[in-house]
Amino acid sequence: MQASVLKTGTAAAIAAALGLGLAAASALGQKSTADGIAEYRAMLADGNPAELFEARGEALWKEPRGPKNASLERCDLGLGPGVVKGAWVQLPRWFPDTKRVQDLESRLLTCMETLQGIAPEEVTKAPFGKGEQKSMEALAAWISAESRGQRMNLPQAHPEEKRMYALGQKAFYFRGGPMDFSCATCHGESGKRIRLQDLPDLRTNPGDGIGFAAWPAYRVSSGELWTMQRRLNDCYRQQRFPYPGYASDVTIALGVFMGVNAKGAESVAPSLKR
Amino acid sequence: MADPMRIRAQSSGNAATVRVLMSHEMETGLRKDANGVAIPAWHIREVSAALNGKTVMTAQWGPSISKNPFLQFNIKGAKAGDKVSITWVDNKGDRRTDEAVVS
Repeated sequence: MQASVLKTGTAAAIAAALGLGLAAASALGQKSTADGIAEYRAMLADGNPAELFEARGEALWKEPRGPKNASLERCDLGLGPGVVKGAWVQLPRWFPDTKRVQDLESRLLTCMETLQGIAPEEVTKAPFGKGEQKSMEALAAWISAESRGQRMNLPQAHPEEKRMYALGQKAFYFRGGPMDFSCATCHGESGKRIRLQDLPDLRTNPGDGIGFAAWPAYRVSSGELWTMQRRLNDCYRQQRFPYPGYASDVTIALGVFMGVNAKGAESVAPSLKR
Repeated sequence: MADPMRIRAQSSGNAATVRVLMSHEMETGLRKDANGVAIPAWHIREVSAALNGKTVMTAQWGPSISKNPFLQFNIKGAKAGDKVSITWVDNKGDRRTDEAVVS
């Protein structure tokens, strides 16, 4: 009898010890989920390979190319011909010459066509990461980097910019496809994640350097630089929607919606992603 | 011609921390393309670092190093104003040397 009591006692002591151990382990586990990823990103951010794309983009901006053998240095990104600093945090915006709201990539398509004589199809028909798409990725990396640390401040004065915002909002909540998904399914609530990736709530400003203020970004898993166009293209793929056309109105409208919502968020682009 | 490296070298105390970003595909030779054909190996084989022309480190690399690799190391005795040069050679014989000044 006494032995049995002793046994129970020992078992209880062991259980207590185990319980403590488990509690400690779960506390560690919680830390390693969010903090661990942040730590990993901080380690990699020191040598973000997006810098390699930035260097290439700057060279491409100044290099005479295309049938007209001209550089992009006279390209107007919204702040006047050749002004790059600060342009990124105000895109997409209305451009009077094309009478369209354009994001960075569609604007670059215009500049490449008018200044350099490069047909837009050379970019829009090329697969991501190949041919002229590579030029686009490098240019987007450099142009966004020139506005690093500035705050998102998209204009909404022109009626077309307001119309694009409304269109983007519609597209954001539009459910469809075989899984009946919309953008809002994943990005319409705060505190959600897919596997270990936190999902930004894109209905509001998700914070500095998060969501719209984090792209373009270098993807470590694939070793590629993704522009916002590619990001959206992949979002549509994940929703099992048909692929949107490159620089099409729906992608620009979503850019306006996310960018206007992110007003005041600090841009850290090009950032580093898993 | 390969893209230039990004080299930063910063002195702290009696050593300098060197950070290098290299632009390279680093194909392992094990991947296959869309048609099922193996993509030939293409990666950096050797990296060397020199301080004012004198080799201070060599490294043998292989296919397990990531694409666009990042390398960080310290050089003892390097002072501000010293020149650090990094060279890589890949398995196709392509090479690239870039230089930075310790700040």
